[in-house]
Amino acid sequence: MAESTSESGKKSGKKDEAVAAATPNVTEVVHTDASTTAEVEAVLDAPVERGEPILQVRNLVKHFPLTQGILFRRQVGAVKAVDGISFDLYQGETLGIVGESGCGKSTVAKLLMTLETATSGEVFYKGQDITKLSGRALKAVRRNIQMVFQDPYTSLNPRMTVGDIIGEPYEIHPEVAPKGDRRRKVQELLDVVGLNPEYINRYPHQFSGGQRQRIGIARGLALNPEIIICDEPVSALDVSVQAQVINLMGKLQDEFNLSYLFIAHDLSIVRHISDRVGVMYLGKMAEIGTDTEIYEHPTHPYTQALLSAVPVPDPDARERRERIILTGDVPSPANPPSGCRFRTRCWKAEDRCAEEVPLLAIPEVFAGKKTPAAHESACHFAEEKDVVGVA
Amino acid sequence: MTTLEKTANVPEPRSADDASTPLLEVRDLHVEFHTREGVAKAVNGVNYTVDAGETLAVLGESGSGKSVTAQAIMGILDMPPGKIPQGQILYRGQDMLTMSGEERRQIRGRKIAMIFQDALSSLNPVLSVGYQLGEMYRVHQGLSKKDAKAKAIELMDRVRIPAAKERVGDYPHQFSGGMRQRIMIAMALALEPDLIIADEPTTALDVTVQAQVMDLLAELQREFNMGLILITHDLGVVADVADKIAVMYAGRIVETAPVHELYKRPAHPYTRGLLDSIPRLDQKGQELFAIKGLPPNLTRIPSGCAFNPRCVKAQDVCRTDVPQLHQVTEPDGAALPGRGSACHFWKETIHG
Repeated sequence: MAESTSESGKKSGKKDEAVAAATPNVTEVVHTDASTTAEVEAVLDAPVERGEPILQVRNLVKHFPLTQGILFRRQVGAVKAVDGISFDLYQGETLGIVGESGCGKSTVAKLLMTLETATSGEVFYKGQDITKLSGRALKAVRRNIQMVFQDPYTSLNPRMTVGDIIGEPYEIHPEVAPKGDRRRKVQELLDVVGLNPEYINRYPHQFSGGQRQRIGIARGLALNPEIIICDEPVSALDVSVQAQVINLMGKLQDEFNLSYLFIAHDLSIVRHISDRVGVMYLGKMAEIGTDTEIYEHPTHPYTQALLSAVPVPDPDARERRERIILTGDVPSPANPPSGCRFRTRCWKAEDRCAEEVPLLAIPEVFAGKKTPAAHESACHFAEEKDVVGVA
Repeated sequence: MTTLEKTANVPEPRSADDASTPLLEVRDLHVEFHTREGVAKAVNGVNYTVDAGETLAVLGESGSGKSVTAQAIMGILDMPPGKIPQGQILYRGQDMLTMSGEERRQIRGRKIAMIFQDALSSLNPVLSVGYQLGEMYRVHQGLSKKDAKAKAIELMDRVRIPAAKERVGDYPHQFSGGMRQRIMIAMALALEPDLIIADEPTTALDVTVQAQVMDLLAELQREFNMGLILITHDLGVVADVADKIAVMYAGRIVETAPVHELYKRPAHPYTRGLLDSIPRLDQKGQELFAIKGLPPNLTRIPSGCAFNPRCVKAQDVCRTDVPQLHQVTEPDGAALPGRGSACHFWKETIHG
C-alpha cells in the first residue's frame, strides 16, 4: 500500500492507516496479482464500475537531472518538476489540474502516458503499476489511456490527411479495427466529433483551429480508450469556438463513458468541466477537492490568490471582489524554497512555514466538521476565504 | 461617432491644442491584403476615437481585424501585400496616412508606442535588455551610451523590476515571462508617449502575473495620463480595465459601449453570444452556450451582415443589407451616450 505523501511520518506506527484516514480521496490500492503478460492483459480489459478508482497515482516524482561537464557528465542538481503527488481518478469523472506554468502539470500528464519515466512513485491503472510494465502489457495500457494535446496547429502532421491522422492508431493497435473496416471507422469518428465525414481526404491546414482540435479529439477516441488526458485542450482557441469544444467533450464523456484528466491554467474552464479539482504549485499538490470545495471554500492561500486573480467578465462584480495580487514569480523548481514551497510569495508565511513541509491533509481546524472547507489543503494556516464572490 | 461623455474626474489632455480634438481618431479605415486566393478584406470601415487618459478596449476573435487596425495606426503594416484603400487616421487632428515617412517616424515611438503580445519573440535575443531599452533614447534623443544606460535602469525601476542596476546587462532569456512583458512596457513608456497600443499584452501570461502586469499598466496610464488602446480577446481582462469597448467582427465594429453597459445589456447578438459562451468562475452550468459555426473567411465575407450565418436572429434583411452602426436608445427614445450596434434588430436584442 502506498502512502499519501513522503512526509507523512507524523504517526509513525500505523502510517498507512493514518494516511488513509486523513486523506479520504486517496483510497487503498487493490493490487491485482498477475504474473504473466496474458494475465495482465486480462486485468486491463476488465471494466471498472462507475465511481471506482480507475487510475491511482501515489507519490509520483519526476526529477530532471542537471548535468555539468562534456566528457565526464556529473549531476549537479535536479529540476524537481513533480515532487510527490498522489491522487485518484475515478471512473466517469473529470479531475481538473490547475496551476501556473512550470508547476509540473504537463509533466504529470506525460508520466501518466508513460512518455516520461518516473523517478519514483507508482501509477496504478486497474491495480497494475504501469511504471513497471513493458512490452505487450504496456501497449495495452497505452491503448486505454489517450491524450489530447494543447496546440492543434503543431500536434497534427501537416503532410498527412485527416483520415491517416485519425486512422494511425489502428496501425499500432490493429486488433481494434480490421484493415477493411478502418475507413468507415474514421468517418464515424469524424461524425462523432461534429465534422463532415467527407473531409477524410483533407489536410490539417484546410481546417480552422477549432476543427483541428476536433480532429485531435477524434484521434484520441479512435481506440475506445477509458481515460483521456487533456493537456490544455482549449487554450489556443477563440472564446466562441472554445465553448463548442468544451460542450463536445462533455457530450463524448457521457456517450463513451470516459474519465478525463483535464489540465488547464484557465480556472473558469476547469470549474465548468470538472467534478474535482487539484491545484498544483511547484511540483506539489497544494489543495484538492470537489469543485464547490475548491472554488467556493478554498483554504490554501495559493488557491485563494489564483482565484482572485482571474478576471471576471462582469465590471460590477469586480468592484465587490477583493483581489489578492501576488508579488514576484514562481521560484525555480531546481532550487525550491524549504518547507512550504509557496511561502516566498505568501502573505501568511511565518517561521514554521520555512521549516516544516505542510502535509496535504484536511486542516486540523476543519477536521471532523461537516463543512465544505474540510478538504485536503497543504497549508499550516489554512483558513476559509470566499474570493470568488458568489452572491 | 463613438466618443463618450467624459466623466468629471478625467483630467484634461496634457498638451492638446484644442480640447475638442480627440487624441486619436480612426475614420472609415479599410485595410485589404492582396493574396493569391483573392483580396482579403481585413478591416472594412472602422471608426473609433481615444482621448487622453482613456482606455478603449478592442475586442474580437482571431481574424476580426483588431490587430491589423493597430498596425495601420502604428504604420507597421506590411505594404504590399497590405493596402489601405480608404480612411483616415488622425493624430491630434492630423492625418497620419498622408504624412511623409519622416513625419510618421517622429510620431511613432515618441507619441504613439506599442506593446506586443509575445515578449520573447519581440525582444532581440542577442542584445541585452539595457541596450534595447537605451536604444529608444539613443535614436530619438541622441543620448550617449552611458546616459542611455542610466535611463534604462530608471525605466526598469519604474516597471518594478527588482535589482534593476544588476540586471540591466542581462539578456531576454534570463527574465521570466512577466518580467519580459514589463520590459516591453518599459520600452513603450520610454519616451512618455501620449498613446499606447497594447496588443494582447497578457495573453501568454499566467493569471497571477497577468494581474500584476495589468495593474502596472493601469497605474502608469494614470500617472502619465495616456490614452490606451487595449486589444484583446479576453472579456475578463476588458471588464477589469477598460472605459469603453468596441467589439469587432469580420473587420467591422459591431458594437460600441461603455464597459458597464456592454456587460449588462449587450445590443448585438454576437456580443451576447460571446458573453454567454464564457465559463464563469462563480457559476457552474450544464452546457455552455456556443455560437454555432466559424468566423468567416475574409476573402469571402457573407453578404449583408457578416454575422448572419451564425446568428440566431437572422432574417432575410440580414442577408442583403449591411447594417449601419445604429445609435442605441432606451425604449422611450432617450439616446444612450456612446452606444452603437450594427444590427438590424438591436432593439429586440437589448430590450428583449
